[in-house]
Amino acid sequence: MGTILFELGLTFYFAAAIISTVDLFMGSRASSRLMLLAAGAGFVIHTSSIVYRYFAAGHIPISSMHEASSFFAWCVVLIFFLLEYRYKIGIMGSFVLPVVFLLMLSSSFLPREIRPLSPVLQSYWFGIHTFLAFLGNAAFAVAFGLGIMYLLQERNLKAHHLHGLFQRLPSLQMLDEMNNTMINFGFPLLTCAIISGALWAEQAWGSYWRWDPREVWSMIIWFIYALILHIRFTAGWRGKKTALLSVIGFMVILFTFFGVNILFKSLHSFQ
Amino acid sequence: MKIVVVGLNHKTASVEIREKLAFSGPKLEEGIGQLMNMPEVKESALLSTCNRVELFTCVGNVPAAVENIMNFLSAFHGLERNDFEKSLFVHSDSEAVRHVFRVASSLDSMVVGEPQILGQLKDTFELALSKKTTGVLLNQLMKKAISTAKRIRTETGIAENAVSISFAAVELARKIFTDLQDKSFMLMGAGEMAELAARHLVNNGVRDVKVVNRTYERGCELAREFNGKAVRFEDFLHELVHTDIVICSTGAPAYVLLKDQMNKVMKERKHRPVFVIDISVPRNIDPEINNIENVYLYDVDNLQDVVQTNIHERKKEADKAEVIIAEEVGKFIKWMASLDSVPTILALRRKAEEIKNEELAKFSAKCPDMEDSKMKAVEYMVASIINKLIHPPTVALKQDTEDRDELIAMIKKLYGINGEENEE
Repeated sequence: MGTILFELGLTFYFAAAIISTVDLFMGSRASSRLMLLAAGAGFVIHTSSIVYRYFAAGHIPISSMHEASSFFAWCVVLIFFLLEYRYKIGIMGSFVLPVVFLLMLSSSFLPREIRPLSPVLQSYWFGIHTFLAFLGNAAFAVAFGLGIMYLLQERNLKAHHLHGLFQRLPSLQMLDEMNNTMINFGFPLLTCAIISGALWAEQAWGSYWRWDPREVWSMIIWFIYALILHIRFTAGWRGKKTALLSVIGFMVILFTFFGVNILFKSLHSFQ
Repeated sequence: MKIVVVGLNHKTASVEIREKLAFSGPKLEEGIGQLMNMPEVKESALLSTCNRVELFTCVGNVPAAVENIMNFLSAFHGLERNDFEKSLFVHSDSEAVRHVFRVASSLDSMVVGEPQILGQLKDTFELALSKKTTGVLLNQLMKKAISTAKRIRTETGIAENAVSISFAAVELARKIFTDLQDKSFMLMGAGEMAELAARHLVNNGVRDVKVVNRTYERGCELAREFNGKAVRFEDFLHELVHTDIVICSTGAPAYVLLKDQMNKVMKERKHRPVFVIDISVPRNIDPEINNIENVYLYDVDNLQDVVQTNIHERKKEADKAEVIIAEEVGKFIKWMASLDSVPTILALRRKAEEIKNEELAKFSAKCPDMEDSKMKAVEYMVASIINKLIHPPTVALKQDTEDRDELIAMIKKLYGINGEENEE
């Protein structure tokens, strides 16, 4: 049952990603609506698959790489829909939904069996820490999509290339504001995730900070986004630099999420 | 009755001929009055704009009517027929309907998709209505032309994207800034195109307007026009720090804004984006400033390219519009055919027959023990009453009189006969 729901959700996300890509090149109002419909259906089914797994496992299903990728994707869709509801920019889907699909796809290739929760994870900190971290990272994923949109639109405007996609992307100011909103939303969440992680580590292992690879990379991510906020406040740098940094920031997040798990021996590695 | 359109437009006639044949001001009413005096012309409306003169008419005999209309144009404008006849086009029946629909939808315009023509056609229609020169056919034609134009406007992108330089500037500004209301705008220099673009920006919400001019007095004058403030030329760099949109059209022989200066300005304004339009020739702003981050510089050629692309896009949309036109013309022709008398006579008979049978059924239900012979007599009586009642309208419908179309419409209305989708 859980598998069926997961596969069905994946299929809808796949459809949404395909429609969104088609929409990017020859978009119309109809295809935008179809994309949102597919993504919406995917989201509902995906949500129920996560709820199902929660009851099946008896704990929050973020304890394996498969579960974590899936939950990460879920958070991205959640934030995407919140933003879409507020700004109604259908074409944003073309830059966010493919990321969602790829996260789900990688999740589908990872071992799916439900394992008992290791003793160290059996703490209320587990839910708080992971939820904050994934929601924050999901906001950065959307900021990544917006950053790419900004870079494309900025290049179009500079090069006086004014048809096709240019017509369908929103104004630079709006993209910049949305990007800023996402980082303002994600940054406190990431900060809280790191703090809650430190408190939990103190309880579980007796020290706040152990220079674990995941901890180090999280700090690097934190610094990148802190830099974006800082330069906006002080130097007033905005637009292109912010967009570029939010693209780089998300690359680092993906590396941390997938790469660090594989390359380094970490306390955060999933079994 | 046939719909005939006689006219000329920017494609068939030069401006010299168009202006000679134009019905401007009071001539319009006079012209339409004279047109209605012609015995062949049953209905008429007259459209006269700077790009076209068109006479929409309903006539019985097409060749005779066209002949008379030519003579009328010649007499009215005091021209030899040879001088203008070659520039005229004549459309009749479905071709005429198609033509009117295309004109209304701005497919026949010089700038395809321009919105003015529909307003002009509405004015024509209103004048005709107030003068009562149109009837069933032309009224329906005008109504359908207007609704087809609206349909095309919403279903195709024919009216999207700016096709003039001044509008292109506004459209670009909207791709950099979300809301123009809280943006400030500086007009440097003067000139028709620059002032037009400035006016479009103000119409689109820009409130903070500054005008820079070498002659301060001229600047003040322009500033008053836009409800803005005049800025002395020496101070413009300082003002640039607080300006989001610049239109430059000074007659200076060299650059008035250099890259180094712009760099400083950007630093001072904390790199907030700025949109600079340089429509002066020779250019007044160093093209290098486009390489500064958050500065978007457009010169007159860039804007011209935008306009060209948009015109090209509109042409593609026009193909979609033609499909809609064909569909609407088909519907209209069908409606015209429904005005034909035979189906109306049949419908009238059917209606009478229905009423007769209904009432007879009610009667026999009320008096079940009536003798057969008496019943026959009642039936006979009812039938002859019905026949006598519908006889005169049937005869009238069969006669080929000139006002038959109106008569048909009238009878349908009076007897509550519904034709095919003509009651809207």
